[in-house]
Amino acid sequence: MDTIMEATKVSFSYDEAPEAPLVLDDISLTVRQGEFLAVLGHNGSGKSTLAKHFNAILLPQKGRVVVGGMDTADEEKLYDIRQTVGMVFQNPDNQIVATIVEEDVAFALENMGVPPAEIRRRVDDALRSVGMYEYREHAPHQLSGGQKQRIAIAGIIAMRPRCIVLDEPTAMLDPRGRAEVMKTLRELNREHGITIALITHYMDEAAQCDRVVVVDRGKLLMDGLPREVFSRVEELKAVGLDVPQVTELMHSLRRAGLPVREDIITEEECAEELCRLLGKGGTA
Amino acid sequence: MIKDITIGQYFPGRSPVHRLDPRVKILLALGYIVLLFIAQNAWGLALGVVLGFGAYVISQIPLVMILKSLKPVVPIIIFTAVLNMLFVDGEALWQWWIIKITREGIHTAVFMAVRIICLIAGTSLLTYTTSPIALTDGIERLMNPLKRFHFPVHELAMMMTIALRFIPTLIEETDKIMSAQKARGADLETGGLMQRARALIPILIPLFVSSFRRADELALAMECRCYRGGEGRTRMKQLHMGPGDFAACGIILACIAGVVALNLLLP
Repeated sequence: MDTIMEATKVSFSYDEAPEAPLVLDDISLTVRQGEFLAVLGHNGSGKSTLAKHFNAILLPQKGRVVVGGMDTADEEKLYDIRQTVGMVFQNPDNQIVATIVEEDVAFALENMGVPPAEIRRRVDDALRSVGMYEYREHAPHQLSGGQKQRIAIAGIIAMRPRCIVLDEPTAMLDPRGRAEVMKTLRELNREHGITIALITHYMDEAAQCDRVVVVDRGKLLMDGLPREVFSRVEELKAVGLDVPQVTELMHSLRRAGLPVREDIITEEECAEELCRLLGKGGTA
Repeated sequence: MIKDITIGQYFPGRSPVHRLDPRVKILLALGYIVLLFIAQNAWGLALGVVLGFGAYVISQIPLVMILKSLKPVVPIIIFTAVLNMLFVDGEALWQWWIIKITREGIHTAVFMAVRIICLIAGTSLLTYTTSPIALTDGIERLMNPLKRFHFPVHELAMMMTIALRFIPTLIEETDKIMSAQKARGADLETGGLMQRARALIPILIPLFVSSFRRADELALAMECRCYRGGEGRTRMKQLHMGPGDFAACGIILACIAGVVALNLLLP
């Protein structure tokens, strides 16, 4: 698979002073086209700062970030970079610009100078792919949090980016809104081949991804499949992160001396494993 | 309670008046104002009244709305009417001490009152039948030629759009802050004017702080969507002049011509 985003030995600090603490400390990360990546980290771990490096909102002080073959430090490519990597933020209310849903989705395309007929087609496509086509003439404030966040995603999709970086898009949503957004993201990833980088601190969301990266104090701590990363329960807890509830359960059972697998991250697997365990106990 | 505030008093509908191009509607409203001001006699003004009334009927806006739009200007209408009645010279109908009411005075008073009523009712029809977003769009396109003189047309329209977008959000937020302050024992409903004004401070400050934060985040989100000002921007929705628009323009021009003719024929 092709590399879509690559950070090489990136260091960054919000304070220019040399002794200021580094928010990103010599971090390297490669994301391949088509991946569904979760970036996990505690508050202040630098995960949002890292995200902002991928579409040139922030530029690395040391090291280099390359997106779709373009260096983010290259100012002439700024708008190409932002079209390649779209960014969705935490609060859906603060990223919707227009008073009508379809006008908001069209905003990026209008900025890019796309002809009107083409805008119309792309806006309809984008709204359909997030399942919000019927709401195209609504006002944003009539929608729920999850719906607003899907509109924000549609506004990015309309640019036809190769990758979307989402900075805690579900943090302000209720459980239903979170489920809606996650479902939308999975579909975009699977059906449209869009690379997704999801910054989150919800473990159950990270468990649904293909790959999990854990960031702590500006450094890359772990990188691997969800079940690999989550089986390192003690290490995760040491950096202030939780593990999915089922993994936690399995970990406790194992510590209590029961022979269970530790790389379990979904409820189905957990139920299966428990049945197996109980079945064995019953026959013995 | 606070949520009931509506902005722009727009009545959604599909009448021929609603469907007019917003640019044309703004120009029609201006034309109507011109017509009212050049009318010099009762016949000309009557034409204006008929035209305005007809537009209301076609637009299917309830006629009660005319009265509602007039409510804030009633004092002005009464004030000008009284002044005209008292200070216009002419044949005295009734006199007491230095107060004198003349035939010409009454005539002018009624004339002016009808003119103001038509003015307010006519321009209100514009906001009743045009959504704020369409109105903003119309204004932006009408002012487009001013760009040549470095007038920030696009920026102005963008500010209006964002203001319209955030009014409901901020109203909701105000409601939340008020509840939060009430829960901490803030008293917003009793006391004198000064006391109540002071009670608003703990509501306004958090509202301001959060508005600045919102502005910051919105600016970032706009940049991420390649916003770089009005230069090279296209629009999804194009405005088109239809036969209805030309017909409406024709009617208003004919009426203005009619008023001019009436002015000349019936001095």
